[in-house]
Amino acid sequence: MSGRHGKSAPAVESDPGGSEGFSRGPGRRRAPEPEPAPAHEPAPHEPAPLDVDLSIEYELTRFPEFAGRREDWGTQPFLDVRDLRVHFPTEDGVVKSVDGISFRVERGKTLGIVGESGSGKSVTSLSLLGLHKRPDKRGRGGARISGEIWLDGEDLINAAPERLEELRGDKLAMIFQDPLSAMHPYYTVGEQIAEAYLAHNRASKAVARKRTIEMLDRVGIPQPDARVDDYPHQYSGGMRQRAMIAMSLICNPELLIADEPTTALDVTVQAQILDLMRDLQQEFNSALIIITHDLGVVAELADDIMVMYAGKAVEYGPAKTVFTEPEHPYTWGLLGSMPRLDRAVQARLLPIPGSPPSLINVPAGCAFHPRCRFAELIGGRCTEQIPQLADNSRKHLVSCHLRPDQRRSLFAERIAPQL
Amino acid sequence: MLTYIVRRLLAAVGLLLVISLITFWIFFVLPQWAGQTPQSMAAGYVGRQQNPAALQAVIDHFGFDKPLFVQYFDYIVGIVGGRTYSDGVSLIHCNAPCFGYSFKNFEQVWPTLLSRAPVTLSIAIGAGVLWLVFGVLSGVISAVRKGSIADRASMGIALAGVALPVYFVGPLLEALTGQWSTKYVPFLSNPLQWAQHLLIPWIALAFGYAALYARMTRAGMLDALNEDFVRTARAKGVKERKVLYKHALRSALTPIITIFGMDLGTVLGGAVLLEVAFSLPGLGLLAVNSIQQDDFPVIMGVTLIAAFFIVGANIVVDVLYAFVDPRVRLS
Repeated sequence: MSGRHGKSAPAVESDPGGSEGFSRGPGRRRAPEPEPAPAHEPAPHEPAPLDVDLSIEYELTRFPEFAGRREDWGTQPFLDVRDLRVHFPTEDGVVKSVDGISFRVERGKTLGIVGESGSGKSVTSLSLLGLHKRPDKRGRGGARISGEIWLDGEDLINAAPERLEELRGDKLAMIFQDPLSAMHPYYTVGEQIAEAYLAHNRASKAVARKRTIEMLDRVGIPQPDARVDDYPHQYSGGMRQRAMIAMSLICNPELLIADEPTTALDVTVQAQILDLMRDLQQEFNSALIIITHDLGVVAELADDIMVMYAGKAVEYGPAKTVFTEPEHPYTWGLLGSMPRLDRAVQARLLPIPGSPPSLINVPAGCAFHPRCRFAELIGGRCTEQIPQLADNSRKHLVSCHLRPDQRRSLFAERIAPQL
Repeated sequence: MLTYIVRRLLAAVGLLLVISLITFWIFFVLPQWAGQTPQSMAAGYVGRQQNPAALQAVIDHFGFDKPLFVQYFDYIVGIVGGRTYSDGVSLIHCNAPCFGYSFKNFEQVWPTLLSRAPVTLSIAIGAGVLWLVFGVLSGVISAVRKGSIADRASMGIALAGVALPVYFVGPLLEALTGQWSTKYVPFLSNPLQWAQHLLIPWIALAFGYAALYARMTRAGMLDALNEDFVRTARAKGVKERKVLYKHALRSALTPIITIFGMDLGTVLGGAVLLEVAFSLPGLGLLAVNSIQQDDFPVIMGVTLIAAFFIVGANIVVDVLYAFVDPRVRLS
């Protein structure tokens, strides 16, 4: 494990030119204003934290045909997030909500981000839109954000607030968790959807209204030309979420982020909403990020899955292998605590013991070790050394001190029979 | 909606009847329970010549010797249909709506109330506009620039505004402005002078209210800015300025409108402290003067008119609320 680790880091460090070509695509646009504060300027040759390097290695192993051809790395993914950190300084200490995660999403593909409450999922999504709480003028409060977010070659971390305003709702849009509180109670559903359209298009109100009705029809609201004038509280929960989806899709966003899109809905409606999202994603060929604590949701939709724990990614790989060959004990725990109906005898759910750690005092070493049943197999390392996200040579990344062969045999012998 | 308004109006009439019963009870029944006889109650009206004939005349005026429910019934009937008082020598007719007759000043109560009302109305309108505009404005600025110097300054001033009573602010303003006349001039005779002379009373009254409103608006805005729907508006790419006034302020204003209606109703019933401090001949000053003179019919009249304004403001606010908040409208 550490040997693998040691090998991979120099491999990238010895390759500075590649790193340059990789990150700065020709399509990169900058807001025309002068250079932003130098503190934010990403230094391309700074020895980057290891998990970034490893995510590059991950790409290499995932797409082996690129391995030897450095110039092909220049095809930057549509969304490229690297070593993103969102920290909130508070009186009690720094809350490390997101602590160095990297991922990428292509157009037409879906990434599922899975984790318990407080694992940093929602903060991740808000920071993609630049909606995380910002410090006031004296630099107090708010989030300290670092790392890189590249959307279609554009640097979002250093983008001006006005530029982000232009992008939000237009090129990247978000679907929120609880559509009742996410919609303004005093405006009609139609007004709120049309507002998203008018924010990015020079159009008359009549045109926006027509487009809104089309969109409501598209997401399956019955009698859209009548319901467009209803208020959110007159809609049912499922219809509100449909309206929310219509609102986020009205400008044909290229990146759609859905933060727990089905959590507030009952199960039958959940399935409908997920179907709808999949159809619309295919129709618009947009990149989709689904954030959820519900593995069932990502099983339906995701191409890739990233499992988050305490602000870090613990397992990241193609959905299929994460589901069939999960290697991180936390992922096992999530799978074990998921109700399943496809078995004749309903076995007891296996909850993960303990509760998620405080993000101010994250346990030393592996953040998961206090809740991990297998920590004692390794001895002291789990409590002392932070495991790095590393390739398991089976196309996905795992951050665990157990050796890959140990993990596989543990899963096969002790975990899989219980699932 | 219409049935709702009608229902509310009927309930309001009932409420006003209850209030009239209570005030009647306080001024005419309670003293008798406390051992006052019709004679001793009448004695308060007669002054120095305590001869039995004069006492009896007063007892006849008020009907102190009649059964209590008859006295109350006469009073209510008088409001609807007018009433004739007899003092044994001559008849005094009191036109409907008759809220009684002041035997201290030999005036009918209702015309007295009517003559004082424009002053109070002028005070309420001007001060209300001032405190609403300045209170909400500074509250919004404070919330948006939370922690800034503007926020601290306006919240500091607001604290002073809440703490300083009108009878302190009023004379202070008068002293600062020198010989600024605050004598009431009717609006119809000279609008410019009307406003000019009322400016200082307006500011004095509005200061405290504006302070309260600034604090409420600030708290409401801060709450609203944390709402999910404000985050949604930002996620849609709505311009920050528009997020503030169209989404956050809109929801923060709803409770402000409610309180504003109630406060305005209260002031319309007489801004007692202000009117005394500036000797403005409004309902509040009338109330104070008639309490000093033990002029019960006038006190009752002022009390009832104040109750009327508050109950009325309540109804207006409730109806307005239905227009502001669609969730109330449809349930």
